[in-house]
Amino acid sequence: MATTAETFQGHAESHDHAHDHDHKPGFFARWFMSTNHKDIGTLYLIFAIFAGVVGGAISGIMRAELAEPGIQYLQWWTGFLGGNGADFNEALHLWNVLITAHGLIMVFFMVMPAVIGGFGNWFVPIMIGAPDMAFPRMNNISFWLTVAGFCSLMISPFVPGGTGNGAGVGWTVYAPLSTYGAQGPAMDFAIFALHLAGAASIMGAINFITTIFNMRAPGMTLHKMPLFVWSVLVTAFLLLLALPVLAAAITMLLTDRNFGTTFFDPAGGGDPILYQHLFWFFGHPEVYIMILPGFGIISQIVATFSKKPVFGYLGMAYAMVAIGVVGFIVWAHHMYTTGLDVNTKMYFTAATMVIAVPTGVKIFSWIATMWGGSLEFKSPMVWALGFIFLFTVGGVTGVVLANGGVDDNLHDTYYVVAHFHYVLSLGAVTALFAGFYYWFPKMSGRMYSEVLAHVHFWVFFVGVNLIFFPMHFLGLQGMPRRYPDYALAYTHWNEVSTFGYKIMAVSVFLFFLNVIYAFVAGKKAEGNYWGEGATTLEWTLSSPPPFHQFETLPVIEDAPAH
Amino acid sequence: MNTAALNHRNRRVGLVFLGFAGAMLGLGFASVPLYRIFCQVTGFNGTTQRVSAAEASRVTAAGKMISVRFDGNVAPDVPWSFQPEHSTDTIELGQRDLAFFVARNNSDKPVTGTATFNVEPEQTGQYFNKIQCFCFTEQTLQPGEEVRMPVLFYVDPKMLDDENAKDVEQITLSYTFHKAEDSPS
Repeated sequence: MATTAETFQGHAESHDHAHDHDHKPGFFARWFMSTNHKDIGTLYLIFAIFAGVVGGAISGIMRAELAEPGIQYLQWWTGFLGGNGADFNEALHLWNVLITAHGLIMVFFMVMPAVIGGFGNWFVPIMIGAPDMAFPRMNNISFWLTVAGFCSLMISPFVPGGTGNGAGVGWTVYAPLSTYGAQGPAMDFAIFALHLAGAASIMGAINFITTIFNMRAPGMTLHKMPLFVWSVLVTAFLLLLALPVLAAAITMLLTDRNFGTTFFDPAGGGDPILYQHLFWFFGHPEVYIMILPGFGIISQIVATFSKKPVFGYLGMAYAMVAIGVVGFIVWAHHMYTTGLDVNTKMYFTAATMVIAVPTGVKIFSWIATMWGGSLEFKSPMVWALGFIFLFTVGGVTGVVLANGGVDDNLHDTYYVVAHFHYVLSLGAVTALFAGFYYWFPKMSGRMYSEVLAHVHFWVFFVGVNLIFFPMHFLGLQGMPRRYPDYALAYTHWNEVSTFGYKIMAVSVFLFFLNVIYAFVAGKKAEGNYWGEGATTLEWTLSSPPPFHQFETLPVIEDAPAH
Repeated sequence: MNTAALNHRNRRVGLVFLGFAGAMLGLGFASVPLYRIFCQVTGFNGTTQRVSAAEASRVTAAGKMISVRFDGNVAPDVPWSFQPEHSTDTIELGQRDLAFFVARNNSDKPVTGTATFNVEPEQTGQYFNKIQCFCFTEQTLQPGEEVRMPVLFYVDPKMLDDENAKDVEQITLSYTFHKAEDSPS
């Protein structure tokens, strides 16, 4: 895309409000009462990294426990967290609390804040040539509601939840386990956390949609928007349509728990299966909410480092729209074992497999973008290639699981765990790191160590594959998920998996080392440090961009879309 | 565009999409009655059908035999024993059958219960027609009282036309007694 943006400083000289330009408010007003999209994006990223460390540490406890058969550590941890470790049932309950906390943190407080709140806030306004988001103050509310939700979730493990402290119901919060199966306030705190995070995300979605519809710079038509903006637009629509349904479902859970309603209780004419329908009507679009912005990031990176426009721009944009639309009509493939009849299963199998078509369009378009390009294997590109590989592996197992008949066997086994970690923990998180290395110098003004970023990639890549690839074998052999113990036969691959976790943990350490290096000794970043391949509007600004950008809107030339 | 006009436009678009979110929230709650109607109409999840005696009299037996098994159980907080008088009836499709369940209140207090019901396999729910059933109303048992509870039903011969249900040779009808909501605990 050919763009012309007025260089910001040059324009500032001649402007009446020049004195406003790099005037930043004091520390408290800037970071706690922020209405600046870049500052809020930074806050979201810091928050997501923090939550990711908490969620990752929890999975460390789980991998340690699963390293060998039997119960080794859960009782100690139960005592450590203030419960009664001598009570074996409480220790087993802690396992359920851990899987619940890990899932909810990673979905609602790590991936979503990072891709949508972090990169979305930072780069959507800049990429469309807008000075800020449409509703800057609502943006601030969104962030702090997310933090409040996280606090509520963190209180939950320390208050009674039935068998022991904490809510042990899994991230799906299925009734009746979450209604009369979980007495005590822990479950209510967890549900309240979802309410807060959900409200924050709905406000964020309205903000993004309004910004993208109303505040594009002159000449920036919808069909010229960078693909990352497209991905956030589609994601925002998914959030807007899916999250209220979750809000309704968990509100019914709350009233079932506390006010004697029987939405999901057969004793009063309700049906627990209805909860599953409502949850997965939200839950399936939710997985696309987590991955679509990653698709957008990867498109920007692959185009930049191939030094050519992305292949099939319109196809790429509408593939995301198609994934979003079809994502709403496949939810019952999570419920094949609830007793759906054969015809229903056939429909959901076929509809689910259809999603592989637009997803394939994206994968092949990325490859076609690289084909004949002037490739440069800088660290973001290496991460992006890792993403394409890992996401494809996860996508293939998804097609396997889409079959209603196959799923009867594999439902709730480690095969499913392997599948969704390949697309999320490996796919979405790899896209996050790719985006981080792509934009970190733009956001901070400092270059990181390229060597360390490559080392980080390889250590991470080996680690996560060692963690999750063996889970395919374990699942096919029938190891069920959500248990802290297993039969002796599963020992070998569990050992390998835990060993992989240790390697992955080293890579996280390397990541923080690189960030520290950038701030302490990193070179100052130029405005466009990636060179001619980087053509979107953020590369026309300085690194970091001025506190307020585009007070006079850039004009997009009428050139063919990229 | 000037700032005021942009703010106005932003507010309008923002409110429109807030309306979208509100509508989806409403749809979430509306799904409760919709789902109930859907289950009643289609027999989804093994929901049995209810017919009048007049409708039932128009059905003729189809010659094919099917065995119907009965199961009775109670929720943990209901101090009753509850089981079918005999566990299996073998009947003709379309033939009316009267089965009895025996309930006894083992506590020293009167207890009112209401029964939920379901059939397996679930695709036979739409062909399982009840003409009379103790589950249509609440049942109160005095301390120590024992009653026989009838259910009059037939299995619709239309089942033979359904690809998914025609091979079924055995249906299980299950009841669970729950405490009625106004019942003292």
